[in-house]
Amino acid sequence: MSSLGVARQVGAVLLAIALAPLFMGWIAQCRAWLQNRSAPPLFLPWRMLRKLFWKDAALAEHASALFRATPYVLFGTMVLAAAIIPSVVLDLPFVLVADAIALVGLFATARVFIALAAMDIGTAFGTLGARREMMIGFLAEPALLMVFFNAFLISGSTALPTIAARLAAPPFVIYPSLAFAGIAFVMVLLAENARIPIDNPATHLELTMIHEAMVLEYSARHLALVEWASALKLFNYACIGFALFVPWGLASQHASPGTLLLAVVALVLKLALAGAALAVVETVSAKLRIFRAPEFLAMAFLLAVLGLLVHLLLGA
Amino acid sequence: MIIGWNSGPAPSLVLLLGLIAGWLGLGLAGLLRPHSVGFVARVIFPVGALVGLAVGLVGLGALRPGSLPQTLVLPLGLPDLPFHLRLDALAGFFVLLLGAAGMGISIFAAGYFRAGQGTAPGLLCLQYHVFLASMALVLLADDAYLFMVAWETMALSSYFLVTTQHRIPEIRRAGFLYLLIAHVGAIGILLSFGVLQGGSWRFTFDAMRGQTLGPAWASVAFLLALGGFGAKAGLVPMHVWLPEAHPAAPSPVSALMSGVMLKTAVYGFLRVSFDLLHAPQWWWGGVALAVGLGTGLFGAVFAAVQTDMKRLLAYSSIENVGLIFTAVGLGLLFQSFGLHLFAALALSAALIHALNHALFKSLLFLATGSVLHATGERNLGKLGGLIRRMPWVATVALVGTLAIAGLPPLNGFVSEWLLLQAFLSTPEIPQPFVNMLVPLGAAALALTVALAGYVMVKFYGVIFLGQPREPALAEAHPAGWLERIGLTWLALGCVVLGAFPRLLLDAAAPITASLVGATVRRGRFAWAIAPIAPERASYSGLLFLAGILGVVGFTFLAVRRIYHGRVRRTAPWDCGYPWQTPRMQDTAEGFGQPIRHIFGSAFRLERELPSPWDTAPRYRIHIEDRLWRLLYVPLGRAVQRLADAVAVVQGGRLAVYLLYAFLTLIGLLVFVL
Amino acid sequence: MPAPTLTAQLLNGFAAGLLLISFSMLSQRRTRALITLFAWQGAILFASTSLVAYSAGLRHLWYSAALTLVLKVFLLPFILLRLVRRLEAQWDTETLLNIPTTMLLGVGLVIFAFGLAQPISALATTITRNTLGIALAIILLAFLMMITRRKAVTQVVGFLAMENGLFFAATSATYGMPMVVELGIALDVLVGVLILGIFFFQIREQFESLDLHHLETLKED
Repeated sequence: MSSLGVARQVGAVLLAIALAPLFMGWIAQCRAWLQNRSAPPLFLPWRMLRKLFWKDAALAEHASALFRATPYVLFGTMVLAAAIIPSVVLDLPFVLVADAIALVGLFATARVFIALAAMDIGTAFGTLGARREMMIGFLAEPALLMVFFNAFLISGSTALPTIAARLAAPPFVIYPSLAFAGIAFVMVLLAENARIPIDNPATHLELTMIHEAMVLEYSARHLALVEWASALKLFNYACIGFALFVPWGLASQHASPGTLLLAVVALVLKLALAGAALAVVETVSAKLRIFRAPEFLAMAFLLAVLGLLVHLLLGA
Repeated sequence: MIIGWNSGPAPSLVLLLGLIAGWLGLGLAGLLRPHSVGFVARVIFPVGALVGLAVGLVGLGALRPGSLPQTLVLPLGLPDLPFHLRLDALAGFFVLLLGAAGMGISIFAAGYFRAGQGTAPGLLCLQYHVFLASMALVLLADDAYLFMVAWETMALSSYFLVTTQHRIPEIRRAGFLYLLIAHVGAIGILLSFGVLQGGSWRFTFDAMRGQTLGPAWASVAFLLALGGFGAKAGLVPMHVWLPEAHPAAPSPVSALMSGVMLKTAVYGFLRVSFDLLHAPQWWWGGVALAVGLGTGLFGAVFAAVQTDMKRLLAYSSIENVGLIFTAVGLGLLFQSFGLHLFAALALSAALIHALNHALFKSLLFLATGSVLHATGERNLGKLGGLIRRMPWVATVALVGTLAIAGLPPLNGFVSEWLLLQAFLSTPEIPQPFVNMLVPLGAAALALTVALAGYVMVKFYGVIFLGQPREPALAEAHPAGWLERIGLTWLALGCVVLGAFPRLLLDAAAPITASLVGATVRRGRFAWAIAPIAPERASYSGLLFLAGILGVVGFTFLAVRRIYHGRVRRTAPWDCGYPWQTPRMQDTAEGFGQPIRHIFGSAFRLERELPSPWDTAPRYRIHIEDRLWRLLYVPLGRAVQRLADAVAVVQGGRLAVYLLYAFLTLIGLLVFVL
Repeated sequence: MPAPTLTAQLLNGFAAGLLLISFSMLSQRRTRALITLFAWQGAILFASTSLVAYSAGLRHLWYSAALTLVLKVFLLPFILLRLVRRLEAQWDTETLLNIPTTMLLGVGLVIFAFGLAQPISALATTITRNTLGIALAIILLAFLMMITRRKAVTQVVGFLAMENGLFFAATSATYGMPMVVELGIALDVLVGVLILGIFFFQIREQFESLDLHHLETLKED
């Protein structure tokens, strides 16, 4: 573990923190274009965060310490997750601390905390959101785990940089199981990040909300951290997708500064494409009824399991 | 055979026996002043807790690298079968578990028991310590006779503890069900030992180890052991006693039963399937794996729909036992294919999960005890908001909740991580069909673990968060200091073992070395574990914890420094709805509703829905286990019919009974002569 | 493990694609989408048959591939879509089992098929032998779809998907059936669909619905 490695690690995490709100802004722009609206500025999420941080926090009178701590925990878990997902460099020292299974655990921690915080105030909407979030979560979490198992069967590792490095290594091989895993992953991504068809990030109708219903009671800096954490979560999911399904363009351990810059450019390009694709998906599909969501996720789960079976039959 | 102290030096074992005798003595001392809560609770239980600590330390000693099994033969027992005792690494691990959990539970119990109806405190104290001592003896027994004696003592003493409130009919019924299933299980174990002696009629475990059984008989012994120990552990379909007995028992007893007693069944199963039987067949592992996974999923699904907090935890225990047996089954599967390293990994996961579960499940049961005392309420629908009334209990319960939900960096995650890693090694199994079924197992496991998270959010959120659902909760009083010490001890265990998973692997290493002939690799760094190879997977609880705390702390300070920390307290926003009442929160039923919907076919539902014109609307939902009607009711009826048929010989006339005795005598004489 | 050749990789990829489409069909509620999926299945079948024909250098397989393209990608979906439009039977919302349960059963069938195909594919010598299990699974899944659906049109699609699976099994195990048999089957399928189309009109005229559930009332008690 060299000091250079640590420096790159910190750099990658800072880049993630900085790019995540922009990624949100980009998706919103693409959506607006596709829907024939005039697009909001790319930097809007950043401005919103800044505005929120300066505001005074309004807190329910009986909010407990758990409620106040949760935004920080959410942000912390997502930053930590960014530290083990290769977005620019493959050489992440923190990977020795946590692998893909721990990453799933990290996401689960964040989910449990936000659900608990939503229940803390004891409003009808908060508990409703918490219940729905946990319902989505308990199906999405195993599906994500199965996606990682698919990658493990091919690469023999649960450390994400190793997976990405082995998948990217020549010769190019078609892995049919990854097709199953890929579809499952996209479905999980949509569900876990409160996107259409499971949840609508732009809705203002309380009864249909999941994520927004949970954070209704947050304001000012707490809300800013929660929103930033959601942006980071989407960014992290996107980077997981890149690492598993388009693992090319990451800088290796001995990369020169030039290659590093190239890797950053590659990341931005991938993000731009992924954001546009996400906007298309969200524009062409309609939100599902809430009780279609388990069906949707059960399908993702079973597809990922099928991927495992297909690999064992065809690959081995 | 020489009766008497055996010649080899066995200092730890003798010390342990002394401590067990100490527990028995303390129990008897409780009879000195049987009605004085002050004496029994404030004097005897704390001393018992210290004995527990010492027991745990002795168990830890048996896990030191290089320490040899110690044996002892006592001049007690049957004429030709004196009590054999043995302390090896496997027994030591469970002794450690017993001591560590027992210590916390006893301290808590010191603050928990108060005067009331039911068993007198002195008698309770005797039953409690006999229970502890018998569990220790089960772990140390080295022959079938002592094992069964200790096993039955354990069952009986815990039966009496469950029925502490024996004036309540439901509790007597729960106790009876428990006793019944415990005995069905005991018969299975007894028969299993009968098969294991293999015609030699020597009942020491040493003799059984020396026997080589044919594959058919070995399978019979294995299946009997699975059934027998499974009944005690709560494997489906013999789980029915858990959700009845746990709510009935006082909380420290529930904690002890769920945290420790279930683990003695795991111990017994490991002892038989890995130690006494060698050369497992692969389908044994398959059966244990399937039963374990089924139990795990079943427990998690049912836990999610419970409305009684202790029943919820009882179902969660079923789930966790299922996970442990899954790991054991996986270990058997690997072992049968000669994959010793992976078998060691799976077995380590089983052992570590057993220890972890002992800590966090005891913690949560004790926390429900504090809640019960503070509010007098077990029903989740009448709790809520206790984090503001009982902050200490709420904090430690949060640790337990996060641990049992399998979240990093606490200890529950470590065992789940190891188990998943073990599952990832299944493609190495050379049999093509088996290695294809196992991904389904991994999927079921992942689903179970995720459901556990759902269950625990419901548990914690409904009890401690939100607004109090009843006005009476405003008077809830915080737990006493003894209770707090007990809870904190267990919570500390969860945090420390989560931060230093290496300790757990080190503790499991001598056991896996002796049972499967391999130990998992422990990697270069003391702060990280990498059980197979570091480039494959590694995890470090300590740095994970440090990372989270570091980032959270840094963010907090940065936000304060760059911006500000101003807070304004207001009424909750709730989308501007001002007439918000606590009754508008989700109830426990409401929180479980998605699970009821998704897994609807698993339950037998009885619903009572109000009509729109009801002036006093009533909503009631009753959820029943389908197995009860499908299996137990017909079984009970069959037994009843059989008994009715046999009752014909019970004429009630004395002459007829004398005739029976006479005929028996004649028959025996004919047979003997 | 040496990486398999590109052809084998592509074939495996196609096989996986067919399986994926089978599962999508199993989980699809809309009749029109189902027919589109069926067309896609035909397209992948065409691609894989062409690939086998190219790599093994078998001329009759080219003919089968062409037949697949014409019949299963264009003609049959076209007929079916017209039928659906004329019958106004675009929805098949009611399945007998809920979709996740059906999918779970499907996963079980896949394992069963893989286990069944294991000894056979060990004997086969073709480069496509690994895919035999998948072919078997596609047949069983199509059967499952027929069992769990109520509407007549979806049953026909299931029947056709089953035929696709059989065709794929034949290509993967023995490089296809003799040409005569194949032509015969193709004709059968075409005529079968036409006849069933007429049947649909009859059924609907009788019951004013395409729900096969009504056929249950035809039996005499």
